[in-house]
Amino acid sequence: MDFSFTEDQQMIVDAVRELGEEELAPRASEIAERGEFPWENVELLREMDLCGVPVPEDYGGLDMGFLTWGVVGELLSYYCSTTGAIFGAHMLAQYPIMQFGTEEQKQKYLVPLTTGESIGAFGLTEPNAGSDAGAVATRADLKGDKYILNGTKVFISNGGEAEVYVIIANIDPSKGTRGQTAFIVEKGMPGFEFGKDEKKMGWDALPNRELIFQDCEVPVENVLYRTGRGFRVAMETLGIGRLGMAVGAVGLAQAAFDAAIVYAQQREQFGQRISEFQAIQFKLADMATGIEASRLLYQRAAWLKDQGEKYEKLAAMAKVYSSEMVSRVTSDAVQIHGGVGYTRDFPVERYMREAKLFEIVEGTSEIQRGIIANRVLREHRI
Amino acid sequence: MNIIVCIKQVPDTSEVQIDPETNTIVREGVPAIINPFDENAIEAAVQLVEEHGGTVTVISMGPPQAEDALREALAMGADEAILISDRCFAASDTLATSYVLSSAIRQIGDYDLILTGKQAFDGDTAQVPPGIAEHLGIPQVTFAIGLEVDGKALTVRRLLEDEFEVTQVEMPAVVSCVKQMNEPRRPGIKAKLAAKKKNVQVWDQTCMDVDACLCGLDGSPTRVVRTFAPTRNTEGTRFEGEPKETATAVIEALIDDKII
Amino acid sequence: MGIYIDKPKCIGCELCIPACPYGAIDMVDEKAEFNENCTMCGACAYACPTGAIVLEMAGKGEVDTSQYEGLWVVGEIGPEGTLAPVTAELIGEGRRLAADLGTDVSVVLMGHEIADLADVAAGYGADRVFLVDHPTLGRYRTQPFTDVLTGLINKHKPEIVLIGATTMGRDLASRVAARIRAGLTADCTELSIQPETRLLEQTRPAFGGNVMATILCEYTRPQMATVRPKVMTPMEFDDSREAEVIQVPVEIDEGSIATRILEVIKDETGSDVNLTEADIIVSGGRGLGDPKHFALIEELAELLGGAVGASRATVDAGWIPATHQVGQTGKTVHPKLYIACGISGAVQHLAGMSSSDCIVAVNKDPDAPIFNVAHYGIVGDLFEVVPAMIEAFKQRRGE
Repeated sequence: MDFSFTEDQQMIVDAVRELGEEELAPRASEIAERGEFPWENVELLREMDLCGVPVPEDYGGLDMGFLTWGVVGELLSYYCSTTGAIFGAHMLAQYPIMQFGTEEQKQKYLVPLTTGESIGAFGLTEPNAGSDAGAVATRADLKGDKYILNGTKVFISNGGEAEVYVIIANIDPSKGTRGQTAFIVEKGMPGFEFGKDEKKMGWDALPNRELIFQDCEVPVENVLYRTGRGFRVAMETLGIGRLGMAVGAVGLAQAAFDAAIVYAQQREQFGQRISEFQAIQFKLADMATGIEASRLLYQRAAWLKDQGEKYEKLAAMAKVYSSEMVSRVTSDAVQIHGGVGYTRDFPVERYMREAKLFEIVEGTSEIQRGIIANRVLREHRI
Repeated sequence: MNIIVCIKQVPDTSEVQIDPETNTIVREGVPAIINPFDENAIEAAVQLVEEHGGTVTVISMGPPQAEDALREALAMGADEAILISDRCFAASDTLATSYVLSSAIRQIGDYDLILTGKQAFDGDTAQVPPGIAEHLGIPQVTFAIGLEVDGKALTVRRLLEDEFEVTQVEMPAVVSCVKQMNEPRRPGIKAKLAAKKKNVQVWDQTCMDVDACLCGLDGSPTRVVRTFAPTRNTEGTRFEGEPKETATAVIEALIDDKII
Repeated sequence: MGIYIDKPKCIGCELCIPACPYGAIDMVDEKAEFNENCTMCGACAYACPTGAIVLEMAGKGEVDTSQYEGLWVVGEIGPEGTLAPVTAELIGEGRRLAADLGTDVSVVLMGHEIADLADVAAGYGADRVFLVDHPTLGRYRTQPFTDVLTGLINKHKPEIVLIGATTMGRDLASRVAARIRAGLTADCTELSIQPETRLLEQTRPAFGGNVMATILCEYTRPQMATVRPKVMTPMEFDDSREAEVIQVPVEIDEGSIATRILEVIKDETGSDVNLTEADIIVSGGRGLGDPKHFALIEELAELLGGAVGASRATVDAGWIPATHQVGQTGKTVHPKLYIACGISGAVQHLAGMSSSDCIVAVNKDPDAPIFNVAHYGIVGDLFEVVPAMIEAFKQRRGE
């Protein structure tokens, strides 16, 4: 057992902290307010070689595993939640190509995703296929050496801004999930258009767009993994997605906690700092405990992944625990701030709005509990 | 072209304080950084070499920890790094420092251009670059905001009080750089990892031709006899409320104080 | 300390002759030889291609400090050919120090067609003026100014030399001090004489203004210091004062000067007032939101007869030229009044302006650190407050 960073990890942490303090944090609120995709921050991630932390060096990555990726993601989310979310969503295209792609596909798509030349996105969710990922209705029909895609994806993070999409479609609905197939689709392929960008409760600078496929022609060589194996690609990608959600939640919660603990020691009421009231102290104690527990969960899940072990249960645990934790912590941070916490002069109200998302995306809390229950019952069958 | 960049590791001055009891400088826990102006010099050097070819050698006089600053410079694109470190160099003032640095530069020998930051963030003297130039017997161009090389001719745009001066000089020369000259690159993780593996040479006084009497305390004509905390402004008056009223109140106060 | 010619090394190339500003080198039997004009300024040593001219430096304790007397101020001449305000300030401060030492104040003026400035220096309190007038000295350049000043110092041996801590002063003083191995203290804000030792106590800010340090030069002479503009107080100008004027003849060959000035570009933005010399500075920061809003800052500055300053953020963003930047990475200023509008007050900014006599801060963030140094802080939107200030001042002036 060793909970300390390696020298290289420490160096990355220091570099990301410096980036965060100098570049990300000062503009985070402004970016959220402006509501435009922060390309300037993507450019910084590119310059810093942060677009492919776990990707092997042969494809331009740092080959430093998902634990390091998680730590970087947490810090990015801490300084600028939007940038952290973009970083997370990017991996959802990168990971399946890294895991399932052919050498040609890796050269063509993984390398630019890793250098940051292109941004990635993952398209599974549809209006009628949310938690029920098996219900994907987007069709892919083979016609000569091309698949013709028809259908609509919704809520796609990085949608519209990303260049490379991993899309789940069905080549034979009669086979259900056995008909699902993953495709690599490029922005600009004929018949691939973007629909509306959702107006959300928060995250205005993070696009969650509709992807519309209308007779979109995708060459057969862009089938990712094997036909009929798209559900597996999707599920494995969602595992990383859950990890990413836990990472983002911890970063955001830490930001809210740090704001709250500073404010609690500055604000005076009834002749003393409010941090001297036990009601506030207990809140702070619970917040800090929740953050620490969530961090350990995601780091252990990522560590298992890096060891090549099964990590899905831990990832689901990390996701459900930290997403509920971040809602609580950000809400408490607003509460500690009192009236000003509810105003837009302080970032905590934004944190609170953003936090709710973590309980919904990449599988709702209910779905996560289902996954966990399924695993633990299997492990403890009597 | 071969460029030597002189850098200094400095404490992050924003966090340096005076201990009010002892009147000594508290450096404990203060992070060490590359002197910010030196980053501009490194950037300028790397850009020039990218354009014209050659090598960038970065040197720093300081304690062993200054190696971190040199590695940072390597990550930014410098080719070689030399740490000039010897106990007998300690407590050097600007004259002794420029003497030691110029001795190291002589030892390196093959150079076209020496770049430095305009001054160090901790000392703020701006005296070392001209000192180096004098000891080497070459021209100096201080407070550079722009730099162009054409053959042996160096054209420097200088940032003066309220004007820019364009000066031409034949290399070799010493040029000190201001903050506004360029935007120093932020080295990526790969460059940082690579810099960790590079060799940083360490030179002590035996590695170069120096007269020990001109180094360190012995070679320093100036001596700091006292440090103390500056007196800060007393409590100010704060105005909140209607802009018209607050603005008028302050203008009245300034007029009453005969400031305007 | 001394200078000599290593005769066997001399190849008789005569490159040293045009390099010498004092006409102190003759050729005897095809070898260079110094005559009585030599001031040991060292200009020839740098021109010599074979290293035949050797400038020997004195070690610690080898300088006979008793030989040095008098306080010198090195004058700076502004772009319009007038005496820079900092020179008047230093003459004023020099008089005070000279009185403590029982000595007098000399001013060195180097330039071209500057004869009338001797009277100006006298009017501000100079006892003696060394006037060095030559076409090559029309605009400051390191090499000829260093050669001339070094020669004068070596010849006349002043005890103290003060120079303005301007871009020129810092460039020149550093080079001269290195050449003569004198101690030099940068950017002093306080000077005094230690009564028992007659040493110059030089006090200056360091570490971005977080620390003050007092420095002595015990063993070397002259004791040299650059002094921050606007800190010292000039004497009331009195044109009945007279000074002894010593014309210093020099011979400088343009061809032997390493640098050539190709162009001087005036900064046309804002008012004509030089930031470091301004009594009033109105500065704008990120809170302006847009470069065009600097017009508001300029309007207030113009109304008050002040200069326009800027925070690093606005210069980095390209809203205003770098000449306006106040702070540790820009200029250090010391005006009577500094008005900071929409500047939060990062430590680096404070390091450049916190010693201003009076600071007014306008910021909508009540927790902005700028308020910690402000004498008058206005919490509010600068787009409302600044126009109201302009209005209030106009109204008051109209009365």
